[in-house]
This record gives sequence, C-alpha cells and structure tokens, in this order.
Amino acid sequence: MTDAPMTGVREQEANAADGLKAFGFWVYLMTDLVLFASLFAAYAVLHTSTFGGPSGRDIFDLPFVLAETVLLLTSSFTCGLALLSARAGSARGTFAWLCATLALGASFVALEIYEFAGLVRAGDGPSRSAFLSSYFTLVGTHGLHVALGLPWILAVMAAILRRGLSRSSLRKLMLFSMFWHFLDLVWIFIFTVVYLMGANLL
Amino acid sequence: MNWAALIFGKLSWSVFPDNPIALGGAAFMVCCALLVLALITYAGRWKWLWSQWLTSLDPKRIGVMYIAVSGVMLVRGGIDALLMRAQQATSVGASDGILAANHFQQIFSAHGSIMIFFVAMGFMFGIVNLVLPLQIGSRDVAFPFLNSLSFWLFASGAVLINLSLILGDFSTAGWLAYPPLSELAYSPTTGVDYWLWSLQISGLGSLLAGLNFLITIIKMRAAGMTPMRMPVFVWSVAGSMSLVVFAFPILTATLALLALDRTLGMHFFTAGGGGNMMMYVNLIWAWGHPEVYILILPAFGIFSEVVPVFSGKKLAGYFSMVLSIWAIVFLSFLVWLHHFFTMGAEADVNAFFGIMTAVIAIPTGVKIFNWLFTMYRGRIRFYTPMLWFMGFVVLFTLGGVAGVVLAEPPADYQLHNSLFLVAHFHTMIVSGVLFGYFAGITYWLPKIFGFRLDESLGRKAFWCWLFGFILAFGPLYILGFMGATRRLDHYAAGLGWQPLFIVAGIGVLIIALGFAFQVAQLVRSIRQRRTALDTTGDPWDGRTLEWSTASPPPAHNFAVLPTVHSLDAFWAAKQEGTPADVRYEDIHMPKNTGAGIVIAGFVFLFGFGVVWHMWWLAIFGIAGAFISALVRTFAEDTEYVLSAAEVEAQEKARGRAPALMPL
Repeated sequence: MTDAPMTGVREQEANAADGLKAFGFWVYLMTDLVLFASLFAAYAVLHTSTFGGPSGRDIFDLPFVLAETVLLLTSSFTCGLALLSARAGSARGTFAWLCATLALGASFVALEIYEFAGLVRAGDGPSRSAFLSSYFTLVGTHGLHVALGLPWILAVMAAILRRGLSRSSLRKLMLFSMFWHFLDLVWIFIFTVVYLMGANLL
Repeated sequence: MNWAALIFGKLSWSVFPDNPIALGGAAFMVCCALLVLALITYAGRWKWLWSQWLTSLDPKRIGVMYIAVSGVMLVRGGIDALLMRAQQATSVGASDGILAANHFQQIFSAHGSIMIFFVAMGFMFGIVNLVLPLQIGSRDVAFPFLNSLSFWLFASGAVLINLSLILGDFSTAGWLAYPPLSELAYSPTTGVDYWLWSLQISGLGSLLAGLNFLITIIKMRAAGMTPMRMPVFVWSVAGSMSLVVFAFPILTATLALLALDRTLGMHFFTAGGGGNMMMYVNLIWAWGHPEVYILILPAFGIFSEVVPVFSGKKLAGYFSMVLSIWAIVFLSFLVWLHHFFTMGAEADVNAFFGIMTAVIAIPTGVKIFNWLFTMYRGRIRFYTPMLWFMGFVVLFTLGGVAGVVLAEPPADYQLHNSLFLVAHFHTMIVSGVLFGYFAGITYWLPKIFGFRLDESLGRKAFWCWLFGFILAFGPLYILGFMGATRRLDHYAAGLGWQPLFIVAGIGVLIIALGFAFQVAQLVRSIRQRRTALDTTGDPWDGRTLEWSTASPPPAHNFAVLPTVHSLDAFWAAKQEGTPADVRYEDIHMPKNTGAGIVIAGFVFLFGFGVVWHMWWLAIFGIAGAFISALVRTFAEDTEYVLSAAEVEAQEKARGRAPALMPL
C-alpha cells in the first residue's frame, strides 16, 4: 500500500477497500461475540456448580473489580480521543492518547492477573470446581483479548511513527479502536452478569 | 527435573502403531507422501508448484487445492469405511473379525470426523472458491490473502489428523467426542487431543473463509446485480456462510472448553467436579445441526444451476427458492435438541423440537418440487451432472422421509443410536451433499481447466455410486429396525444380521469402484484434453456470468467487468446479442504470497505441541503465527497492475489460441 498522492479513481478504490476491511472486521467481531455468548452460556449453566468450593459471593471483591472497570472504560475513552486527534490531523496527539490507552490497558491486565493469582494461591483455581472453571474461562478469555490488544496498540503506534497519519496507519487505528470498544462492551456484561449478579447485588 | 519430558512431552518410542493393520496404514501413507514428493522432485516442479499454486491468491487455484486435499481425504475416509464394513461383515459369533475393538473405535471416529470436516467442508469451500467470484461478476473475493490463509489452516488440520496414523492413536470417542468418554479420565491417550486440535485449526480456517465469502457476496457483486438478480447458487452460499459465521464460533468455544478440561484439569464436562456433560452435547449440536445445512445448502444451489441449464429452461419458482433457503437457515438453529431427545427433557420441549424438525421438510419440499417443475416440459440433456441430480432427488427424498420419522420423539426413542439413524444421515450427506458436489465439479471443471470431463467414465462412476449406495445403506435401514445399534464391533450369530452386513459390504465395494472410475475419468480427461477443449467459454449453453468469460478464465476473471440487467444475466445477453462496448481499464490484482503457508505452518506446530504437551513448541508456534501475521499487516507493495493495453493484448491473443490452465 503506497501513500503517494492518489488520483480520483484510485482514491475512491482505496476508500472502498478500507470500507471493506472495516466491514469485514465488524463481522469478525460479531463472530467473537458468538464465542463470548457461548462462554456466557457455559457460565450461566455452571455458576451454581460450586462442588463444595467457594461461590461468587465468597470470592468477588467488588471495589477491586470496580477499579478494573474504571481502568478499562477510561482506556476506551482515551482510545476514542486518539481517533478524534487522528481525524483532526494531529499525529502527536494521537500518539499521546494511544500511550494513555496502552498504560490503562496494561494496568487492567495486571490487576486481572493479580486477582487470578490470588484465587489460585488460595486454592480456588480453575480446576477447583465447574463454577470456577467457567468463571476463569469467561473472564480470562476477555483478559486474553485485552492482552492481545496491547501489542496491537504498539503496532499502531509504530505505524504512526514510521509513516505519520497515513491511510494505512489510520486504517490500523480504526480497526483497533473497534476491537477495543468491543472489549469494553463485553466487559460491561461480565461486570454485570458475573460480578454484580454473582455477589447478589442485582 | 525430567529434561526429556520437557523437550518431548508425551512423545516416546512407544507411540508408533503396534498392530499390523494400523502399521500397514501408517506405512502406506508415508509411502504415498514420499512418492508424491519424489515425483515432484523428479519432474523438477517444486518452483512451479510454489510460485503458481501454493502461494497463489487466485480463488480458482485455491479452489482446486481445496478439492485436491478433499479428494485425498476421501480416500482415507473411504478406506476407513471399507474396514468398518469388513469388520461388521466378519465379526459375528465366535469370530472377532479383522480389527481389535479399540482399533475399530478409532476407525469409526476418524471416518466421521474426516468425512465431515475434511471431505465435505473442503469440497464445499473448493467449489465456492471456483465459482462464486465468477458468478457474481467479480475479479476476486473480498479478502484474497485471508482466503489463502483459510485454505492453509484447513490443510494444516488435515495434516495433523493424518499424523495420528503414525504417531500415537486417534480418538475412540466417536466423531463428536461426547464427554465424559472424551475426558482425560476415560481417554488418557493423545487421540482426543488430535481430534480436538485438528478440528480447531481447520474450523478456524472455515470460520475465516465463511466470513470472507459472506462479505464477498454482500460487497463485491457486479454492477446491477441486485439481490433478486443473484443466481440461486449465490443465495445458497450466502445462507450457508451466514450459518458458518453464527455457528462456527460455538464449535470453537466448545472444543476449547473440552481442551481446557483435558489439559488444565478444568471441570466443564467432567463426571466429577460439578461438570455438566449434557451442556457439551447441547453446545456441540448448536453448531452441529447448522453444520448439516452449511453443507447441504450449497449442494441445493448447485442443483439449482444444473437443472435449469440441462433442461433448457429458467428455474421454476426463483422467489420461493430464495425464501426456502432463508427458512432453512432460520429453522436450522431451532432443531438441535432432536439429536438427543432421549436426554430426558420434558415432553413439551421434545414436542417443540420435533415439530420444528418436521417443519424443515416444508422448505426442502418446495425446492424438490421447483426442480421437478423446472424439468417439466424441458428439453432435458442427460449429461452426468443431471444424472447426479436425478440420483439425488430420489434418494434424498427417501432419506428425508426417514428423517421425518426420526423427528417424532416417540419413534426416536426406539430408533436413536441405531443403524436406521446411520442410514438416514448417510442418505442425506452422501446422496445429498456429495452427489451435489460431484455434479458441481463435473459442471464447472470445464470452466476452470478449459476441457470437459469424459462422459462415459462419468456415467459409469455415477451408476456405481448409485447402486453401491443403495446396496450399502438399504440393509442398514432394515438392520436398524431389527435392533442393530451403531458402532457395533461384534454381534451374536443367532441374530441373523450377517447376510445384511455382507450385502452392505458389497455395496461399499461398488462405491469404491465408482470412485476408481472417477479417478480414471480425471486421468483420461487430462490425457485427452485436446479432444474436448472448450473454446467458447460456454460448453453447456449456460445462463450465468461465469460462462461469459473464457475457459479457463484469466487470473482477473473478466477483462471488462460485466453489468447485470436481469436474472440469468448471461442468458439474457445471449438472447439480445448486444455487442459489448469494450473499453479496457487498468486492473489491480493481489500479488502471490507465502504468508498464508507460513502462518498456518506455525499454527500446525502449535497444534502438534499442544497434542504432545511439548509446551516450548506450542509457545513457539503461537508466537510465530502471531508475529508473522503482524508482519503481514505491515507488508507493502502487495498488488500488481495489469495495464489496459496488456489486458487488450491478452484478449486479442485469446481469440486465436485456446488457453489451457498449465497442468
């Protein structure tokens, strides 16, 4: 993909190609949503199968989870600001907001690892009971997605460093932000269904 | 610390097969692979193979590769079928038959998994690749590189499942690996892991391919091709790919959960620890039932192209065909529970799913009648694709009626897990799906290669398949009523089943003869191709856009992109005889790339590493796949340009000498 100035027809073709990629990625995200739906279904079936182990009420630390939530939602906000900066043509601003997104996302992953490690140390790991298997898998799959997003942010930043806000950099940024907002959406469901309902607050 | 275990995982010298039949199978496969490699080296074709085929992003070539892999896998699955028939024909009374029980179980598990995932799916994606872009008047699919990656993931899965012949054993838990049998406690060897990871890898390829084709249909159609001007094959693929996009993530999740149980000691489906094995059965069939329609819808689409062309009429009831496709798509998600009526759900639940299942017969019946109405008063030409259709329509209707019988929960309580069920679903998959794909391959191969397949051998193949099928599965319907259950490795002599099993065995031999005729047909057609060249691009007097371009088409499919004004666009153009106003333009095409093979190769290493608990290899594989995918997103200069002058020169040259796809 070259970034030389384009003539009218080529520009239209390139716009159409970018639109196609964005649409394709949308559909991919919908398939990912079906995957999460399956994991939610497994959690819904197994969340009472504690097999003598702890229930959600015993292990969920809601203030801690609230901190995770705030981190992730804020990172979604900074990701949106990065996109706005890019639209305004500010490579510097885009880069800065992506740095913030990276830091917030990494903190979220760190907190989740800390939470999981604490549970495993206490003997409440994923092999303790069916409930814990489904809990670790659902929340962990979301965490894995966030963790995979971190090198992706780095790749977008590398593209901006190398070529500025070129067409290909903007496309990478656009796809990444769709992915990131999608993870935010899934987390809202996890926060509600797993943590709030699990702690009997809803 | 045990260093050997750290490096080799569960691999050791004892993983090679020890019984003579399994050893023979492994040796045969290794010899075949070595022979192929030697032949390529001898012919000096490696460079050609790499640059023209393996790295190609041309859907027509990817389609041919899909069909080649599936053809090889059909041999493997077919040998499994012969062994099973041989076992059941001989294992009666005092005789234990030719196979050990454990080996027999591996064979029926492999047969089902291979036939569905690597034969039917591969033929389906192969034909879709060959035809779909041409039929919608497009130069390519929406994401050409993703298409190559999808194929190589499919091929990686195929290699992994065949590796189980040589290293270790295969799953004994049936083609859908129900827990708790498939859990570590009852299947401690690597067999189920081979099953899990070969399906997971090829399933990922299928998911990506489904997404790609769905978007291709939505976004890449020729100018003027409104939805109601799309050929029915395109509609059927749209339905099938929608199902792929919704159903395959469920398979991915389900396989992942079983893998977590087996490798990390979790308790999703285990007998203890609070696991729920019926959740597995629900999840796997929430994918598995749509999967049946993923396979059959494109076959319906093929027949909807073949029947009008060979009847010289337009398809009867186009609108009702489209409507019935979407009715089937919708209903296919509401019937999964009929695979386990005996689970013990309450009567209301069983009644709901029973009624929904029976209701699917209505849109399917609409299609059968439309095809027959298309033939009515048509000038029918009995070429082999039409023969496959007529074989299909008889057998499929009978098999469908058997399906409606099974849809009644009280009848199902008697018939479930019996050979009646086995006979029913083989009727749907063999005479429905496979006959449809054979018709499609015979119908469209002249377009792709530029010559027709030999008719006389094609007919012989058809009649062998038809009568072989009736002989092989007719007895199974009867045996099912007599109480013979599926997956039986031995039965008492007094039951009187042996004669029927022997007849079924003879039937499979006749099917094998039919397959041999198909191989002979391909060989003879290639040798004599210059006598059956298609110089017109339209050998069958076709109706849709793929016949408007040359056979074989250039890599860019159409020198000038077509504009569509009606349904059956090419037929209409032929009737009106409108001289095309030719104005050539520059064409941008994707360059070939080996990135798909590299990424899929790393994924294969990951799969092999996880199966054998070689964790360093698994980490290496997944990291390699991730990094090479990232590198690909930074690739520049991925396109080449064919100038308008070059296109024009090519078109003029084509008028003089018929092109042949380089063989």
